[in-house]
Amino acid sequence: MQVLPVDIADSWSLSALSDTMVLAMIVAYAVGLLLFAVEAAYGQRTTLRSRTPATVGGSGTSEGGGDEPDDLEVRLRETPSQVKAPRHWVGTLGLVVVGLGLVCNLLQIVARGLAAERWPWGNMFEFVVAICFGAVAAFLYVALRHQARFLGVFVLVPVLILLGVAARWLYNEAGPLIPALDSYWIAIHVSAAIVATGAFMVAGSTTIAYLLAHRAELRRAAGEVVTGVAGQLPSSQVLDRLAHGLIVFAFPLWTFSIIAGAIWADEAWGRFWGWDPKEVWSFITWIIYAAYLHARATAGWRGPRSAWISLAGFACLLFNFFAVNYLFSGLHSYA
Amino acid sequence: MRTALVLLFLLALAAIPGSALPQRTVSVEQVDDFYVDYPELAPWLDQLYLFDVYSSPWFAAIYLLLFTSLVGCVIPRMRTHLRALRSPPPAAPRHFERLPYSARFTTTASPDTVLAEARRTLRGHRVRTSTDHVAGERGYLRETGNLLFHASLVGLLVALAAGSLLGYRGNMLVVEGDGFANAVPSYDAFHPGAAVDSADLEPFTFWLEDFEASFVEDGQLRGQAENYTAELRYRETPDGPEQYHDLEVNHPLSVQGAQVYLLGHGYAPEFTVTDATGEVVFDQAVPFLPSPEAEDMIASEGVVKVPDTSEEQLGFRGVFLPSPTENAAGELISDFPAPRDPIVTLDAYQGDLGLDSGESQSVYQLQTEFMEEIGTTTALGVGDTWELPDGAGTITFTGYSEYISMEVTSDPGRVPALVASSVAVAALLLTLLVRPRRCWIRVHRADTADAETVVEVGGLSKTDHAEVTADFHAVTTRLRNRLRGDSRASQ
Ligand code: HEM
Repeated sequence: MQVLPVDIADSWSLSALSDTMVLAMIVAYAVGLLLFAVEAAYGQRTTLRSRTPATVGGSGTSEGGGDEPDDLEVRLRETPSQVKAPRHWVGTLGLVVVGLGLVCNLLQIVARGLAAERWPWGNMFEFVVAICFGAVAAFLYVALRHQARFLGVFVLVPVLILLGVAARWLYNEAGPLIPALDSYWIAIHVSAAIVATGAFMVAGSTTIAYLLAHRAELRRAAGEVVTGVAGQLPSSQVLDRLAHGLIVFAFPLWTFSIIAGAIWADEAWGRFWGWDPKEVWSFITWIIYAAYLHARATAGWRGPRSAWISLAGFACLLFNFFAVNYLFSGLHSYA
Repeated sequence: MRTALVLLFLLALAAIPGSALPQRTVSVEQVDDFYVDYPELAPWLDQLYLFDVYSSPWFAAIYLLLFTSLVGCVIPRMRTHLRALRSPPPAAPRHFERLPYSARFTTTASPDTVLAEARRTLRGHRVRTSTDHVAGERGYLRETGNLLFHASLVGLLVALAAGSLLGYRGNMLVVEGDGFANAVPSYDAFHPGAAVDSADLEPFTFWLEDFEASFVEDGQLRGQAENYTAELRYRETPDGPEQYHDLEVNHPLSVQGAQVYLLGHGYAPEFTVTDATGEVVFDQAVPFLPSPEAEDMIASEGVVKVPDTSEEQLGFRGVFLPSPTENAAGELISDFPAPRDPIVTLDAYQGDLGLDSGESQSVYQLQTEFMEEIGTTTALGVGDTWELPDGAGTITFTGYSEYISMEVTSDPGRVPALVASSVAVAALLLTLLVRPRRCWIRVHRADTADAETVVEVGGLSKTDHAEVTADFHAVTTRLRNRLRGDSRASQ
């Protein structure tokens, strides 16, 4: 038996571990997708637990420890829309499997970083894997906190497409960074961009679900019978709020990421803003999401119109990520 | 708001062409290449400022309109907000049922006790007590944040404008062993802001003592740069003390408010040329630029211009390969960026270099309209000499040095811009996360004979969120529980 020097053996097995984890997480996400699809198709449409006081006209609930009967009456101008979504036990299993996938995803990122002895985001492959981590983490958060696991299909489809593209075309050995990327600002700038992109991605998925649900509601109002996935979705209002909440989280982070990027560009290239194609498209993305936030406060622009604006913002984000690296040359293309 | 929305879209649309067409701010060479590739189209595009999108009048028109609309929007809101900050919360509306949230219950506590407890329950709100109700309001920071955010965008624009008026940017190549003095003639390209006095730049000087580059040796990433370090000796002022700085890609030198950056590196082969009479008419290092197609392995191209010959002038186009090898097609290529037995190949021209025509010429391009090609070498290694045809002279590849490409920027707007954008992020968080709301608690004696008090709670919020409704309900239950505690204590 040949004995390898310890550090070489370690970094070899770490990068092997990271490659195994890529496979493991793809499998886990695919199984999760399948389970969520089964839930969407065969689940029972169930009313989810609501977090608004459901005491309209009733007496005091057990909230706040009021155990004595009394005459408390609550009146809400709008009855809180009940959130209904298909439920099936396989969906719970789906959450567990996707959770395991997320752990593999994290292990992959950590192992790769340790193997290359640097922050694990230095090339397209690593960016994609990290963005998928951000998106799945955001999805699990809304699934647990806002009972939004009905989004599973909408989120996991793009995640799997991205991972497939990454594994098939973008795969790259874990290696050192080109000198311009070797800075702690990269850790800050890219981390923020990755988390923001993950959240924007879940917001985009939710927005697509919103548009489907909205159309289904219009058709139902017109007396049609709506079947299929669209008919099973929760009310469009719920989806709209969820998408907005995600963008409200991602937008400041994206703003911060652009600023951190500018600081880094200032150190590395001698200007904090140079209108290089990557910068142009981050700027466009930012402006479009700002327009989305404005649209929601503008009469006549709420609803599907602002939803389309947010999808346009997401399209710009994707374009920036994929197309700009390959179509245009600039300091930023690390493809 | 609709105007702002339309202008935001316009701004986003207007930014697009600048990412698809080459921009002078990014690379003048790419614009020149575009002119060569599309000689018909390019002048048209140039007329429309499409190579200078971000400094074009139409781009400026859009953002200036946007900012005018912004100021017009923010100033009235600022006035309203200041008034709101100074005034107590508004009185309770008559009908609570019309509010998004309302609740009522009865208690045996007296109205005064209820009002006192209500004030305590609304801790964290600004409260006002009147005879029959307590009004509470909180979340003023949302509007403060919104106004501050928009105001800091204006601040950012002002900082950027100041930077582009008062700042400058210059590029140059410095060969190992050479020095640099900060004055306009030292630059290959110099872009001053409109209000810059070019005769009066910060008077620093530096010398490039040494340069080292290291590259990945094996594997898929073979040849990728690992690290560049340039050792600089510099003086802030002509009679200041000498200091040292290790210049790296992410580690610029800051002198007198200007930044000196290392952008890249390349090779400068050294040539000695003799003319037909055998006299040495040229002896220096000539920086060659990495050719775009083979940038990663630093296969470089350059020209040598020899004007001072006894007869016709000489010019050479050359290729420098740091680690030469033959590819499958039998062509010479470079397969590693570090120098390992480098070679040059040259094409020689004889005639008029066109230097006296008065037009400025790039030192990296040879104008061959008035020259005739007289021959091509095979590969020359260090020390090899090529005898030009017809006794026109000789050229010797005597060695090579490394050079670094550098940039100096001075931008007085950069720190203010950073401050403005940091404030913008903080203010944005306030405006997105704070949920303003108003809550009223009103009491009156019940009509029944019992000594009962009717308590009404009403809640109004600008942002419709389930959480806010839940918070209003929490106020109600907290108040009720306190009153129970009170009545129990008084029994
Ligand atoms: C440089 C361009 C602008 C950018 C990037 C921008 C960005 C934003 C953002 C991100 C928000 C979201 C905050 C929230 O949702 O509450 C916002 C809100 C707002 N903006 Fe702008 N804005 C710009 C120009 C303007 C202009 C020109 C106006 C005036 C018409 C304006 C008026 C408002 C108002 C009134 C809000 C608050 C909306 C609300 O109450 O929910 N903004 N802006």
